[in-house]
Amino acid sequence: MGKNLENAIEVRDLCISYKNLKSYSIKKSLLHLKRQKAEVFEAVKHVSYDVKKGEILGIIGKNGSGKSTMLKALAGIFSPDSGTIDLKGHSVSLLSIGVGFQKELSGRENILLSGMLLGFSEEEIREKMPGIIEFAELGKFIDMPVKTYSSGMHSKLAFSITAILETDIMLIDEVLSVGDEKFKKKSYNKMKSLISNEDRTVVIVSHSISTLQELCDQVMWMHDGEIRMLGEPKEVLAAYKEFMK
Amino acid sequence: MSRFFKDVKKYSKYAFYSARSELKSEVASSYLNWLWWVLDPLCFMLIYTFIFGVVFNAKEQYFPIFIFIGLSMWDFFNRMMTNSVKIVKNNKAIVSKVYMPKYVLIFVKMLVNAFKMFISFLIVIGMMVIWKVVPDWNVLYVIPIFIVLFVFSFGCSTILLHFGVFVEDLANVVRIGLRLLFYITGIFYRVGTRIPAPYGELAEKYNPLAFLIASMRDALIYQKTPSRKLLLLWFVVGVIISAIGVRTIYKNENSYVKVI
Repeated sequence: MGKNLENAIEVRDLCISYKNLKSYSIKKSLLHLKRQKAEVFEAVKHVSYDVKKGEILGIIGKNGSGKSTMLKALAGIFSPDSGTIDLKGHSVSLLSIGVGFQKELSGRENILLSGMLLGFSEEEIREKMPGIIEFAELGKFIDMPVKTYSSGMHSKLAFSITAILETDIMLIDEVLSVGDEKFKKKSYNKMKSLISNEDRTVVIVSHSISTLQELCDQVMWMHDGEIRMLGEPKEVLAAYKEFMK
Repeated sequence: MSRFFKDVKKYSKYAFYSARSELKSEVASSYLNWLWWVLDPLCFMLIYTFIFGVVFNAKEQYFPIFIFIGLSMWDFFNRMMTNSVKIVKNNKAIVSKVYMPKYVLIFVKMLVNAFKMFISFLIVIGMMVIWKVVPDWNVLYVIPIFIVLFVFSFGCSTILLHFGVFVEDLANVVRIGLRLLFYITGIFYRVGTRIPAPYGELAEKYNPLAFLIASMRDALIYQKTPSRKLLLLWFVVGVIISAIGVRTIYKNENSYVKVI
């Protein structure tokens, strides 16, 4: 790795803020539709970085430091309040705990629907369906409604969809620890094999220092919405460990 | 605008598949469920026929069919509106994981509800056979009437979707509004003749649902031609509302996830 010099992700001066809009009600919004000043919470502040094609970027930081928000922005779910995110036209998928399933539908249908939303055609998904079902180890549960799944099965299915339906950029939010020991190992190995593909760019958010140490080419430490450190996994993780003591 | 058509094309397959799955899962969870799509309007039709036909002595010709047409169309609109207010919140699991234009969720619901409405209309046809109603060429107006109903409902849904995200108590207001609309739409009476002049005629012309339902009855069972001018007017109004709604959604949809 590291032979590719092309950037897969370019983030420039990214800012994302949450406005506190919760306490809207009809009465208030009728009286001051435009005038209401919302409380603004800045989750990501002026962040810039590049990720090269084929690179694995790990993001670490304490809870609430803006890691997940940034992943969601990369996935296109949020638009930045200011700054730009350039994915160079790569397809992207976000994998996180409790992926968007329709609880009433069966696992099989959810695979199709999720795949379609990720931009795959029906034929492509049908082709890869057996692989996903096999990897997820759900057996006959695949034809049962997702609401009957245990949380572990839920995550296993989610992981399998993203792992088998390979997008150019994978964003992974804290899911390397799903399922039982066996599945954990399997997904870890799958991750490794995905990573060995030079064209795949991965961004991992995790609290597990050992995972990041082993998988990543680069680690970013986020603190209060800013980049505290960005560089070699060893150095950054050591500093982070020191900080968290 | 061109983005809208591109997105519609891109996500139409998803919408179809999602709607099909939703219908299928409704059937799968209980085999008698699809029966409720038929039984529900049928029972309400019987109730209204009894109360208004027998107790209040309504004189409309083919009264059960008259009610059934009104009920089927009203149910469609009513479901669309109540679903739309909470639609983003109810799909939080998907919306917060992957990007899609949020009105695609409305398309899904529209397909589901339209399918149910068409089943109701199959019953209407069955009833017409039993009552020996012979429609003439005016029956062709059924198509533009449905189109106007869909466009208008879509427009209203997009607006409700947007405000439903930000305004917590909107569902309550919508419920009250819909109840009022239900009574002035004339499901079980003809607005134009029952409400004293000039309000009755005004209500039938300028309440789009009353107009559409009355037109549908004219076209199907009374062999009368609906007003083409008003159909066109409500079509244009529907398109304008939809355009405003879609624009608003595009502009704000990224902040929806932050609020829910």
